[in-house]
Amino acid sequence: MTKEKRQILIFIFFTAAVLVTPLFLKGSYFLNVLVFIGINTMLAVALNLLLGYAGQISLGHAAFFGLGAYISGILTTRFPIDPWQAMMLAGFCSAGLAFVIGFPILKLKGHYLAMATMGFGIIMYITFNETVGWTGGPSGLSGIPNLHIGSLIFDNDWNNYYLIWIFTLGVMLLSINLSQSRIGRALRAIHDSEVAARVMGVNARVLKVQIFTVSALLSAIAGSLYAHTMTFISPVAFGFNFSVELVTMVIIGGLGSIYGSFLGAAILTMLPELLRVFKDFDIVLYGLMLILITMYMPGGLISGLSMLAKFVMSKIRGKQSNA
Amino acid sequence: MLRLDGINKIFGGLTALEDVSLSVTKGSITGIIGPNGAGKTTLFNIVTGLYTQTSGQVYLGEKNISLFAPETLAGLGLVRTFQNVELFGQMTVLENVMVGLHTKSKSGIFSCAFKLPGQIREEKYIKEKGLYWLEFTSLAELADLTASSLPFGKGRLLEISRALAVEPKIILMDEPAAGLNSRETIELAGLIRRIKELGITVVLVEHDMELVMDICESIIVLNLGKKLAEGTPREIQGNEAVIAAYLGES
Repeated sequence: MTKEKRQILIFIFFTAAVLVTPLFLKGSYFLNVLVFIGINTMLAVALNLLLGYAGQISLGHAAFFGLGAYISGILTTRFPIDPWQAMMLAGFCSAGLAFVIGFPILKLKGHYLAMATMGFGIIMYITFNETVGWTGGPSGLSGIPNLHIGSLIFDNDWNNYYLIWIFTLGVMLLSINLSQSRIGRALRAIHDSEVAARVMGVNARVLKVQIFTVSALLSAIAGSLYAHTMTFISPVAFGFNFSVELVTMVIIGGLGSIYGSFLGAAILTMLPELLRVFKDFDIVLYGLMLILITMYMPGGLISGLSMLAKFVMSKIRGKQSNA
Repeated sequence: MLRLDGINKIFGGLTALEDVSLSVTKGSITGIIGPNGAGKTTLFNIVTGLYTQTSGQVYLGEKNISLFAPETLAGLGLVRTFQNVELFGQMTVLENVMVGLHTKSKSGIFSCAFKLPGQIREEKYIKEKGLYWLEFTSLAELADLTASSLPFGKGRLLEISRALAVEPKIILMDEPAAGLNSRETIELAGLIRRIKELGITVVLVEHDMELVMDICESIIVLNLGKKLAEGTPREIQGNEAVIAAYLGES
C-alpha cells in the first residue's frame, strides 16, 4: 500500500470515528467536552502549521482566536449582520492583521520571536479587556446568536458537535494536503536550514508570513465558531495562559503531525476535568508533561504511539515465526 | 558567465576581500584555491547573496546580480552547496531533492491545500524529476531514508543532487571533497565532469590539490583576501607567488 493510500484510509477511518462517536455517548456532558476538543484541535492544527512545519514559535495565538471570536460576536450583536458573514469577516480581518504584523515580527528568530508574539498576545488581551464599550470588558459579551442554515439552528450539543467537527475535519484535511505539497516541504526545509532553503529558491521571508496568515485565519475561524456555539465570550479564554496551552498541545501531540495535534488537544482538554483535585497545580503538571515529552519523546505522543505499534507488531511477528 | 568586478568586503575592521575581480567562462570548471582565511567562502557567500559586499559588482551573464537575494538567484539558475553540508535533516532523501524543484513549480498555498488538478500534476512531475536526479548521483535506493541518517559522503552527494534539481546554469561548490575518502573523491571527480557535460558551469572552492589540478580548466588563487594568480593548472603549479603563499614567505 502506498503512503498516499494509507493516508487517505487513516483520514476516512478518523472521520468515521468522529461521526459515530456521539451515538455511543449518554448525556450532553461528554458531547460538550468533544465540542471543545474539536475547537482546540482546529487551533492546535493551525499553530502546528507555523510551529511544527515552519519552525516559527507563536506565544500569542490565543489573540487570533479571541480576535475571531470578538469580531464575530460584536458584528452579530451590534449590527444586523448574519453570523456566517461575520465569520468570514472575522477570518479576513484577522488574516489581514497577521499579514501586516507578520513581516516585521517574523524577521525575528527564536526567543525574540517568542517575546514579540507574546507581546502581541498581551496587547490584544488588554484590548479585549479595556474596550468595554465594544467587548463588554472583563464581564464579557453575551447574547451572540447561533449559526444557522435555513431553519436549522445550531443551538444544541448534537448539532454543535457536528458543526464544529465538520470544520475541524476540513481544517485537518486541508492541512494534511498542504503538508504533503511543495509548500509543506518548503516549510519543513525552512525549519531544518533556512539558509539552504533560500539557496534552493524558497522565499523564506514571504512563505513564513503566508503560513502565519493562514494560521491566524484558521484560528480566527475557530474563534468565530466558539463565539457562535457558546453564545458568550469573555477575555479570560484568550489570555497568555491559553497561548501557552496551545503550544503545549502541539508539542505534546507531536510537532509536524496533524493527528498529533488532535491527540494533544484531546489530552489537554480532558486533563483539567480529570485534574480538578489538584486545583491550580494543574499548570505544574503541564510543565512536567512538556519537559518529559521533549526529553524522552521529542516527536510527541504520536511518534510514541507509532513506536509502540511497531514494537507490538514486531513482537507478534516474532511469536508467529517462533511457532 | 559569472563576473566579479572589484569586490571588497570589510567585516568591522577586518578586510576579508580586497578588490577581487575575476570571471568564469561558461561551461568550464573553475577552481578557487588559497590557504585558510584567504576569503574563498566569503567570496561564495557574496556571490550567492548570503553576504552583501562592501563595494563592487557581481554579474551573471549580462545581469547585475550584486544585491540579489539567494532565492532570486536560484530562480536565475545560480545555486551552491555548503562546506558543512546543509541538508534538511528531518526530511527524506527524496524530499530533499524535491525542495530543489521549488523554483520549477508554482502551486500556491490555496491550490496545495485543496489539491487542485494542476497541483496534483505538478506534484507528480516534482517526484519524477526528484527521482531522476537521485538516479544521476546513484542515491535512488536511499530515497526513503531520513537525510540525517546518511553517511557523510552520501550526504554530500545528496546536497549536489538537490542543487542539480534547481536545473542551474552555474553551480558553486564549497569544498565538495572535504571529509571524503579517496574512493569517494574519485567518484566526485567523475560526477563533476558529468555535471559539466550537462552544460552547467562549475565553480569550486577546494583544498584537495590533486582533485583541483585534475578536473579544473582554470584556477584562481586567493591569498589574504586578494587575488594572487589566475591560470591553467600548469601555470599555477609553476607560479612562484603561489608557491610562496602556500609554503610561507621566503
